[in-house]
Amino acid sequence: MSARDNILGRLRDRQGGPLSAPDSDFGVVTGRQWSRHERLERFEHWISSVHGEVIHCESAGWTETLARVLADKGVKRLALGREHPVAQQAREALADHEVELVDADRDIEGWKRELFDGVEAGLTSTRGAIAETGSLWLWPTPDEPRLLSLVPPLHIAVLDADSVEDTFFDVVTGQGWASAMPTNALLISGPSKTSDIEQTLAYGVHGPRELVVILRDA
Amino acid sequence: MSQPVQTYTPQAFHRQAHEALENPQIRANFRKAMDGLMGKRRKAFDDWDLETLRELGANIRLRALSKLPDLLEQLEANCEANGIRVHWAENGEQACELITEICQRHGASSVIKGKSMVSEEMHLNAHLEKAGIDALESDLGEYLVQLNEQTPSHIIMPAIHLNTGEISDIMHERTGTERTTDVDAMTAAARAQLRERFMTADVGVSGVNFAVAETGTLCLVENEGNGRLTTTAPPVHIAVTGIEKVVEHLADVPPLYALLTRSATGQHVTTYFNMISSPRKADEHDGPEEVHLVLVDSGRSRVYQDDELLDTLRCIRCGACMNHCPVYTRVGGHTYGTTYPGPIGAILMPHLMGLEATKDLPSASSLCGACGEVCPVKIPIPDLLVRLRREAVGDGVGNVPGAGVKRSRKEVAAWKSWQWLATHPGAWRGATLVAGSFRALAPSHLGPWTQYRSAPKPAKTSLHTLIKRHRKEKGE
Amino acid sequence: MTAVKLYPPRPDKVYLFGTCLIDMLYPEAGLDAVRLLEREGTEVIFPDDQTCCGQPAYTSGYHTEARAVARAQLDLFPEPWPIIVPSGSCGGMMRTHYPSLFAGTPEEARAREVADRVFELTEFLVHVCHLTLEDRGAPEKVAMHTSCSARREMGLAETGPALLAKLGQVELVEQERASECCGFGGTFAVRHPEVSGAMVEDKSRAIEAAGAERFVTSDCGCLMNIAGRLAHRDSTLEGEHIASYLWRRTS
Repeated sequence: MSARDNILGRLRDRQGGPLSAPDSDFGVVTGRQWSRHERLERFEHWISSVHGEVIHCESAGWTETLARVLADKGVKRLALGREHPVAQQAREALADHEVELVDADRDIEGWKRELFDGVEAGLTSTRGAIAETGSLWLWPTPDEPRLLSLVPPLHIAVLDADSVEDTFFDVVTGQGWASAMPTNALLISGPSKTSDIEQTLAYGVHGPRELVVILRDA
Repeated sequence: MSQPVQTYTPQAFHRQAHEALENPQIRANFRKAMDGLMGKRRKAFDDWDLETLRELGANIRLRALSKLPDLLEQLEANCEANGIRVHWAENGEQACELITEICQRHGASSVIKGKSMVSEEMHLNAHLEKAGIDALESDLGEYLVQLNEQTPSHIIMPAIHLNTGEISDIMHERTGTERTTDVDAMTAAARAQLRERFMTADVGVSGVNFAVAETGTLCLVENEGNGRLTTTAPPVHIAVTGIEKVVEHLADVPPLYALLTRSATGQHVTTYFNMISSPRKADEHDGPEEVHLVLVDSGRSRVYQDDELLDTLRCIRCGACMNHCPVYTRVGGHTYGTTYPGPIGAILMPHLMGLEATKDLPSASSLCGACGEVCPVKIPIPDLLVRLRREAVGDGVGNVPGAGVKRSRKEVAAWKSWQWLATHPGAWRGATLVAGSFRALAPSHLGPWTQYRSAPKPAKTSLHTLIKRHRKEKGE
Repeated sequence: MTAVKLYPPRPDKVYLFGTCLIDMLYPEAGLDAVRLLEREGTEVIFPDDQTCCGQPAYTSGYHTEARAVARAQLDLFPEPWPIIVPSGSCGGMMRTHYPSLFAGTPEEARAREVADRVFELTEFLVHVCHLTLEDRGAPEKVAMHTSCSARREMGLAETGPALLAKLGQVELVEQERASECCGFGGTFAVRHPEVSGAMVEDKSRAIEAAGAERFVTSDCGCLMNIAGRLAHRDSTLEGEHIASYLWRRTS
């Protein structure tokens, strides 16, 4: 008998007999009915409360905001994708810019050290956000791989105001996650942090020290 | 100075409690930390219908447990279909061997670890070390504890027993970091020390917070990003978890996550919620080529047999029970001498280690009920403590290893005498010196009382007599 | 925690279950409970054969012995009158643990029926008697320690303070960490005396630090513990059962 068979056997032949399953009422994690304004306000309140920086801009000129953020933060090397419209537009806008663009759509084995040691910021798109917790949600892709939002000290995430939803439960059920889970699905709420040293908050322990959300609206 | 290396065991609970109580630094560190955590938790649920949310959390966990074997098979099938290899281990030893084998197959010499209490439970690091594989903890608290050659004193905040000065000393002595009280500087130093290891580690080992049967997804909750790095940067990721961590649906996850972060640290959300459903796909550029899931039993399937003890398996490992435990707050986590300290440890460890080793843990509670009150999945912890006390004295069903180990002829005789007296009202009334009799029945039991308190004086007249007099005065 | 209790109109007669600690150590508290109830026009029946609810053995794991002792109490309350218990600990034992203690035994239904009629004293005075009090005492700062059983097992964090609030001259002072256990826990205090000692030291210091001139509690276990600690280090702060305090100030 394998460990698997032994364990499953014990669970199936439970001494106490079969167990019944109680009903679950998910009402408490959905049905917020916030207005668009409330939703955006909550999103910004919560992500700001954990050190995320939200910068508002119009959808049309968002790359100007990006350029300003890069200049303000002194970013010289920015890693980004290529195919996603966010990456495309950023590449176009930054073409004649002094910021060096680093291709993120490469097998990590070829540029691990470059990513870890030589890139100051990573730019990613987002799939949406959650108002209740101030969370971005990302499904990393070959174009924008998993480490892009994690390894550089600054993560710049581009979010469209219309893609903010009320709760995590709403996103999971409304967007049909269960039938389409990607390799990695992520919620990101602020920059990396720890309070393992005597409950004192410190940012940037292993992941980004800063998270800037460029919130595009209309 | 950092603390000297010390091994803690549950058998030595009383001595360790004595030492902790005599240590003002430990007392102050825990008091401050627990006060902070209790306050944060309270605030975090301010805008919530907490009872309804707890009810939902409990129901989700109960539903998962009610279908546990089916869900484990479904989890396995979906993980395998996604490319995650699933392994089963009857106990920690088997799990360690499985993990070591995977490491060896890849010629691994260096493992980076995300936080995993199950790996602590099975002493994985020591096992890997014996096989010549260096395992480094990457959660900052775990890293500090590992530097100090200790074990975690809390399941969420491993280094909570240490204050800033002590941590500065440890980092200085073990890594040459310059002494400082600047937490940002210490954090930056640790970041630098671990960065190289994330980049070069051959294998990443992590725990799992929720394993979703429906999709074959492993969910990891964290703030630091070390969990994401551990599960993304090395070419191999091994996740290890107890068999009870499975939930049925992906939609079951949001309520449990909402309860977990608020109960644990009073956070409305953690920085990262990392959901892994497969290894790197052909067109993807990063992430591990191989992902393994090791499902560990270690006594859990025995707990599962019993209708009452089963509730122990609902636990989502938030640590709120210890944060609110007045005993844990006084003696700290190491005193328990077990991987899981505090109330959850007292109801879980007897199943993992047997009552012979852990017999003092279920009694190390005043049954104040604070743990049960805050448990996000409504585990009736006080009732389970009483149940284990029954098992320890041989009055239970006997579903726990070592049941009856605490039964002593002397104590049984004392309770039998008490029973006789309390079921013979005439004798009870007649014994005007009932207190005296009680004292005689358990002579060793009043000594400890008067060490800290004045002895209560038995009343000259019992309530029985007073009421008779009262009736007479009233002319009844 | 506990299910919502529906309170009956004030009855003419009630039973009093005095508890073994009151019987042996604090009989005046029991008598004062009788006096308070009688002043409200309620006749108090004190079944003479009562001894102990069985809790000490229950929490120690000796359920066989606990059941035998509890069984001896079940038949003492034959009429459908409320059973008043001047202790959250014993009240909690009878209300919440009797049904499970007797589950599957011939006494199960009887145990449930008794459990349903159990009221903690302050609960009964507030929710059933709707007690009004005329304070005749001097101004005083008082701290209240609500037992963990009353607070969490019976859901009665408010009834003790609500009664004290009816005393015009009494200022209720809140000690730090008021909801934290005093460290008694029955046999816990003797099985883990050092931990218990540390807890009661903190509790007694918190009560002193709150500026209380006296403390009251609705449980004699906590009273014995906290007052014992204060006396042990020669503090002048004294405590008493809330029944005695209420009676003393209003009679």
